[in-house]
Amino acid sequence: MLTLDNTGHAVADRWVRLDDDAMPPASGAVIVSLARLQAEPGLRPVALGGALGVALPPGGDIAPLLPLLGRVSLIELPFPVFKDGRGFSAARALREQHGFAGDLRATGHVLPDQYVALLRCGITSVALPEGADVAVWRAMLDRHETSGDPVTRALPFLRRAALPFGIGG
Amino acid sequence: MDVIEAGIRPTGLAGQAGIYHYDDGDRDFLAVRVAEFRDQVARRIAGELTEDEFKPLRLMNGLYLQLHGYMLRCAVPYGVLASSQMRRFARIARVYDRGYGHFTTRQNIQFNWIRLSDTPDILAELARSDLHSIQTSGNCIRNVTTDQYAGAAADEIVDPRVYAEILRQWSTEHPEFSFLPRKFKFAITGAPSDRAACRLHDIGVIAKCNAAGEIGFEVHVGGGLGRIPLIGVCVRDWLPEPDFLAYMEAILRVYNAMGRRDNIYKARIKILVQALGAARFTELVEAEFAAMPRDRFRLDHAVVEAIRARFGAPAWESLPASSVAYIAARQRDPAFARWASRNTQPHRQPGYICAVITLKPIGGIPGDASAEQMDAIADLADRYSFGEIRVAHEQNLVLAHVRQDDLYAVWQALGAIGLDTPNNGLITDIIACPGLDYCDLANARAIPLAQRISERFADLDRQHRIGTLHINISGCINACAHHHVGHIGILGVDKHGSEAYQITVGGSASESAALGTLIGKAVAADVAVDIVEAIAMTYVDIRAPGETFLQTFRRVGATPFKEIGRAHAG
Repeated sequence: MLTLDNTGHAVADRWVRLDDDAMPPASGAVIVSLARLQAEPGLRPVALGGALGVALPPGGDIAPLLPLLGRVSLIELPFPVFKDGRGFSAARALREQHGFAGDLRATGHVLPDQYVALLRCGITSVALPEGADVAVWRAMLDRHETSGDPVTRALPFLRRAALPFGIGG
Repeated sequence: MDVIEAGIRPTGLAGQAGIYHYDDGDRDFLAVRVAEFRDQVARRIAGELTEDEFKPLRLMNGLYLQLHGYMLRCAVPYGVLASSQMRRFARIARVYDRGYGHFTTRQNIQFNWIRLSDTPDILAELARSDLHSIQTSGNCIRNVTTDQYAGAAADEIVDPRVYAEILRQWSTEHPEFSFLPRKFKFAITGAPSDRAACRLHDIGVIAKCNAAGEIGFEVHVGGGLGRIPLIGVCVRDWLPEPDFLAYMEAILRVYNAMGRRDNIYKARIKILVQALGAARFTELVEAEFAAMPRDRFRLDHAVVEAIRARFGAPAWESLPASSVAYIAARQRDPAFARWASRNTQPHRQPGYICAVITLKPIGGIPGDASAEQMDAIADLADRYSFGEIRVAHEQNLVLAHVRQDDLYAVWQALGAIGLDTPNNGLITDIIACPGLDYCDLANARAIPLAQRISERFADLDRQHRIGTLHINISGCINACAHHHVGHIGILGVDKHGSEAYQITVGGSASESAALGTLIGKAVAADVAVDIVEAIAMTYVDIRAPGETFLQTFRRVGATPFKEIGRAHAG
């Protein structure tokens, strides 16, 4: 599977999805379900000798994950269908209110036309859907400014250079 | 492209129009959006996007697929237009449509006969006049509506256009709130007399001023019509200006996270507010608000003033409070006096007055204007109203800043283009949705019924005797014409395969908002016209001197009107 980073480049995914009944490997980066993360307090990146990520179930409810945030360096936010925008809110809350600094990854049904909005909400990688044309995704970046602070990025108009003021500077 | 630009350049006066004046940054933004949509249309035509995938993208640009083809809804932000922008609409009507456009209850304009392949060019033309169709449809934050007399009304406390523009900028391409459970509509007013139906919107904002002269907002959430009509609940009586956007973010985030997505009819925020209860919903919003990095969302007063500075300001003349010429003309010409008695609104500036152009000629289609009429109104705006035109949610137009001295000339000019009907707020000033003539959601036609009621009350003397009476006709339960809040509300339904109409009375969209009461079973269109007439005559018979329709209704209750329903049940 290919993963698109936040600069429009597709990279081979270094993360391995671990089934709930599978033994963790000795090293490497693994993604486990939220249920497993909750059930196995001993499952930590140090113990794994690598990195630990978590896949949230669909629904966008981040509350059960919050006490466990310190253990993970990647969170997968699923989009069951592109019209379901709950992941956008979950991403911003994780970044802005809970200070998550790791990789926030959108998975499931997302469109290239949503790429910029995903980045503006704090998503840093996208699990590319089957057969995705990376060039189409990358082209979205050329049209929209995506640099700058994530919070002010979320306010596309008021912060612009044309105005001498920004929200909160 | 330059050839087609001829004659559509802003005039010198357009700089004074009370729109938010764009700079290069705004224009670059629109250019990007046009290019993006051109690409999306090309990908759709090439088959790279499925219709299911294309749909939310076209809806982000106001493009609907209707009964007969594509409809494009263009935004008129908070209902304010410069004359040059009105000319652009006229041009689009002429070149890409059938020579007319339709002004809507959300202060926008729709073109009903558009070709998909033309839409990128149309958006490019709109952009050349600082116009767009962004977020006029789809499950996102829609065009913010307000009082059509904003910035002009004598009773206004805060000019709502500045905050409406701030909401527009905040919500445009909002990355978090572009895929909400359902559409989301804001209304804002700054006057105690609520002419924007704030209590019937997803969020209604009432801007006010405290004793210290600070601006703050009363916030109502969860109002709406449609299948389940509800009046919004007040979640904040006083929201200080600096917290304006943070609080809106908090409301929207609670809705985006918790609003229903399993049933399109239960997806609006009103259902969430109702399910949680006003107290619990407010608690969740306040908790979200408290958890936000508030300083980063602070709306500095300097930003508000910077936005305010981008609005055009009419160069008022210093005039006496009342015009001798205007008073004399009213005394001299009874037809003018009759028009002026209905189609004007007091202005805050001495010697000025707001003039209402109803798009409701007897037997006409509510809200329709031809390209020629649009051009003529643009000319009148340039000559008499600082190059500015307002779209009212009643599907009328307003010249907001006319010198009282000039009102007679304005009226005469309107007569020459057939737009001098003196029926503002009267029984023939009917609000109607496009209905089954255009809309694929409708169960029944709305326009022909409006035309027949209008013809029944064609006698102006009779209309004026009846006085203020609002009729709203929706072709289906989605209630685009706000039938629940009409003094007389008419809802088109499908009754065993034929069109029928349910009638309610006593609705109001004002600060004393109320939903109408059903007076009987659904009836055929001709019977509906008879019932409307009987309701109007009953009101005239039983009203106390000077009593409005709502006052009469609230005094006597629904009984006399239900009797009319029964008598016509057949």
